[in-house]
Amino acid sequence: MPVRGSREGADLDEQTLLAPGAPPPGSFAGNGRGSHLLGGQRAAAVSTVSTVVFIGAVIALFVFAPGAAAVRHTFFNPQQMKQAFLGDPSKGLYSVGKGLILNIEMFLIAEVLILFCALVIAVLRQLRNPVLFPFRMLAVVYTDVFRGVPLIIVIYGIGFGAPALYIRGISTQSDFVYGIAALVLSYSAYVAEVYRAGINSVHQSQVAAARSLGLSQWKSLRFVVLPQAVRTVIPPLLNDFISLQKDTALVSTLGAVIEANRAAQIDSSTLFVYSSYTVAALLFLCLTIPLARFTDRLIARDVSRRLAGSGTVR
Amino acid sequence: MSEPDVTSGFGGPQLGGPQPGGPQLGGPAPAGQEAVRLEDVHKSFGDLEVLRGINLSVAPHKVICLIGASGSGKSTLLRCVNLLEPVNRGRILLWGQDVTAPGVDENAVRRHIGIVFQAFNLFPHMTVLRNITLGPTRVLGVARDEAEEAGHALLVRFGLSEKQDDYPDRLSGGQQQRVAIVRALAMKPGIMLLDEVTSALDPELVSEVLGVIRELAAAGMTMLIATHEMGFARDIADRVCFLDEGVILEEGPPRQVFTAPVNGRTQQFLRRIVDAGRL
Repeated sequence: MPVRGSREGADLDEQTLLAPGAPPPGSFAGNGRGSHLLGGQRAAAVSTVSTVVFIGAVIALFVFAPGAAAVRHTFFNPQQMKQAFLGDPSKGLYSVGKGLILNIEMFLIAEVLILFCALVIAVLRQLRNPVLFPFRMLAVVYTDVFRGVPLIIVIYGIGFGAPALYIRGISTQSDFVYGIAALVLSYSAYVAEVYRAGINSVHQSQVAAARSLGLSQWKSLRFVVLPQAVRTVIPPLLNDFISLQKDTALVSTLGAVIEANRAAQIDSSTLFVYSSYTVAALLFLCLTIPLARFTDRLIARDVSRRLAGSGTVR
Repeated sequence: MSEPDVTSGFGGPQLGGPQPGGPQLGGPAPAGQEAVRLEDVHKSFGDLEVLRGINLSVAPHKVICLIGASGSGKSTLLRCVNLLEPVNRGRILLWGQDVTAPGVDENAVRRHIGIVFQAFNLFPHMTVLRNITLGPTRVLGVARDEAEEAGHALLVRFGLSEKQDDYPDRLSGGQQQRVAIVRALAMKPGIMLLDEVTSALDPELVSEVLGVIRELAAAGMTMLIATHEMGFARDIADRVCFLDEGVILEEGPPRQVFTAPVNGRTQQFLRRIVDAGRL
């Protein structure tokens, strides 16, 4: 907030120095300051009112809509939401909260594997060594196929297909493992493309600088290109991981894995209301929103370190 | 190898010549050996013939300046010497060894050649010091603390020591370019290639970079410099080559090329430079 008052005197002094006909000093600055202040207040007022009106309208929709009472009963039933969250074995209710732990486990395991596999695929597509040609081909076919096939089909394919093969070690895994395998197969294709976009966004002059130091193609990639590429793709990567976090729920289609979504399905079919799904939805939001904020902070920190990182005393 | 050579000169067969580490470039160069020799070098990009038969020789501890209009092939010539661009025809010899021959380890060749680019090309995700130690640690296998000590000494020498923990984005263009020069020097190259290193700088920042180059020349570094700074070329060069449309049209001591050019194209080029007030 600018300090007023003391400036008035200064303005007067300047006035005497000005040629006649010139706009009075501070006429722009003063006006700008005033209107900015006014505009600031007005903007704040307008945004407050519009927020209140908007939220009010949304609440009104839930309160006054013809079916509002039924929706509240089915989706926002506090008693049954609590039951769904905690679970109750005596009533055959699974805990959605406990199920979510399983989602988180699947998500974390899958994420680590995806980050690794996708990076390998992206790098394979980048290296120009002729010996690697078949792998490069394979990487291209793989990304094309698995980006094209819906995740749910991959989950069915592996969850029901792998056991049917009767291969020792592969066909006897749990649905938990099949679910993760499907997520990794499908998402690695997307994430590899994200990495690749990041790699291509690093300017060719960086490669020239690295190679001219005598770094091999692999070392240039590892020390110069990839670190920059990964920084660039953190936001889109996070986007994919929020999506992955949600998609762990699709593993419920294999049936035997009682993760959050499956628990909610069972609960809703027992209680005959959908409040358990609301619980699951809220729990998923509790995970994805902090994830988004966390990444925003990472990005901001990286930017400020690079741009405002001066003044470091050795 | 641990201590940077801050007192004695740069370059020359003993320091800058091929070191035993380079498998393809073995053994110290014989005395009097040319540092660089280009024989009938041709380079095309598609249908565009950028170099059309370049013959050039650079003796150790000499400074050669390449002048000529934009697009005359100066940058491409430097990139060919550094093997960043493969030549289509002709040979390039470094200390007598053909580096354009099939089977040459380009990484081994490049570690003996320092190149500095017009746009600095510092690594933005690394601190100044890390920019400088990357090559020595990852290519030459120098221990990290040793490389940092050497890098620090080089930064001190060029007045950049207080910037060593900063990221390149925080530095002025002149400072960035000096860091880029130090990065190349940290590899203890036998020759430096400078590709219009002041062209991207604000006018008031040019002199600090040129000062560094003068210092290198005084220390005996072999250099091949593409430049638009004619006054600088006249002062520093042992020989000046005028490139036009991919060939060296005129070559000689700076006094001769700048004051009594023989070739009509050279005269025309220099007249335009003088008219623009740049010489």
